[in-house]
Amino acid sequence: MPPAGQLNGADLGWMLTATALVLLMTPALGFFYGGLVGTKNVLNTILMSFATLGYSLVAWALVGYSLAFSPGGPLAGDLRWALLRGVDLTPSQPLGPTIPHAVYMAFQATFAIITTALVSGGIVGRTRVKPYLAFITLWIVVIYGPIAHWVWGGGWLGRLGALDFAGGTVVHVNAGMAALAAALVLGNRTNYGRQAFLPGNVPYALLGAALLWFGWFGFNAGSAVAANQYAALAFINTFLAPGACMLVWSLLDLLRTGKVTAVGVATAIVVGLVVITPASGFVPPLWGLVMGGIGAIPSYYVMLWRAQTRVDESLDVFAAHGVGGATGAILTGVFAVKAWNGVQDGLIAGNPHQVVVQILAVAGVAAYSFAGTFVLLKLIGALAVPRASAQEEALGMDATQHGEEAYTSGEGAILVLPELEGSPGALEARA
Amino acid sequence: MKLIVAIVRPDKVNEVLEALYRVKVRGLSLSRVQGHGGELERVETYRGTTVKVELNEKVRFEIGVSDHFVQPTVRAIMSAARTGEVGDGKIFVLPVEKVYRIRTGEEDTAAVTPVGVE
Repeated sequence: MPPAGQLNGADLGWMLTATALVLLMTPALGFFYGGLVGTKNVLNTILMSFATLGYSLVAWALVGYSLAFSPGGPLAGDLRWALLRGVDLTPSQPLGPTIPHAVYMAFQATFAIITTALVSGGIVGRTRVKPYLAFITLWIVVIYGPIAHWVWGGGWLGRLGALDFAGGTVVHVNAGMAALAAALVLGNRTNYGRQAFLPGNVPYALLGAALLWFGWFGFNAGSAVAANQYAALAFINTFLAPGACMLVWSLLDLLRTGKVTAVGVATAIVVGLVVITPASGFVPPLWGLVMGGIGAIPSYYVMLWRAQTRVDESLDVFAAHGVGGATGAILTGVFAVKAWNGVQDGLIAGNPHQVVVQILAVAGVAAYSFAGTFVLLKLIGALAVPRASAQEEALGMDATQHGEEAYTSGEGAILVLPELEGSPGALEARA
Repeated sequence: MKLIVAIVRPDKVNEVLEALYRVKVRGLSLSRVQGHGGELERVETYRGTTVKVELNEKVRFEIGVSDHFVQPTVRAIMSAARTGEVGDGKIFVLPVEKVYRIRTGEEDTAAVTPVGVE
């Protein structure tokens, strides 16, 4: 090991790569979600993810990072690194002792961004763009920032000894509860419960899931913040768990309906990744495989149950990420082995107390995320109505919010000539 | 016999089907069409290209019915497809000279009466 506080080339090389890998996950999520909605909302749904790469990214760089990772107190950091002051090319202890501080900031930014994008799955097909952009700009700062601080930035859950290698609580429980709160504030799509909302492009969903898995190697193995044996352990678990989850999930599908489904396989990959995330650098590979398999069960049945309820949490972020994240976080307290992770034992290695700490971390994150998101959206709603009208919904979010369609025919599209465009009454003049 | 042709909004199709089912209209065809019924044009922009979209997605129902089914069918479509905004669509009732059911060779009223209904 190189001395702390000194740059290490291998660590830096891996962390630059990992940052790029995690960045890819946000557009990948856009395709995963985009494939699961109807064709009149596919652009809007993909853009709900892409937009976080602009709005949430800038908010994170300017304020969110400092609030999450500067020393501060037990609940949040302070503003010492706001506007990227002091985020330079020297290592920052204890966060990333062998890589430039700026690289650590960028790596963490990719986590904050995809967490924000995950929330959009709860409210597709009915959310107006302007309030949504305000939401993702503020959410990454006031909801994600403090929670990241609690667990990773020296806050109360980290001090309590909560284990979360790559974001089971910070990313997934957080996103799942926020999506549920957002769906409750926005309300159901107009025909929810009367009409089936079917996926418009299942191949997109499969492609998105595949790219998420690829990017997730950076997510979990990058969370070692070094090119070391813990990165290797997280990498192997990220390799094993989704496979086990897919196997169990498709067997559940097979027993229930007699068929293995493509949407089920895509979903299972994501759920397996979610479940292993908090545990990836803490559990031996065999337990990683077991966790992926066990982790399929709660999310599978919550997803079936959710569809029978009156809650239009449209793409089941709560079932996949909220429930999957909680399952993973609690099982981390069961299967952690100090001989492998150098940090802490879990229940099977004789430390039942860890399970209690893990449950506390899940509950704390869930409560703040749900309540905070609910209040934030209500405040935004007081300024601009976030809910699209029934007519806008009927025509689709792509046409009404963006003035674009995913699959244009050109039939009936009359070219507006550039010299007329912009002059008052130009459109009427040609009509 | 009459042929009822109805042009409705795509997002009202499920409600129309439900309403027709309730008045026991069983045989129908539908197709996706593009049309313009006087609603405002949408403006779309792709980089430097701006277009007015004059044609909107609509769904066209074609239903062959015997005479005493005409009014129930029209009423069902009318109430289910109406939003009150421009662009709700039209219903046309056309005379039909001859109808054959291909499977049995039955003609006219017998051909438009669903199996099991007399």
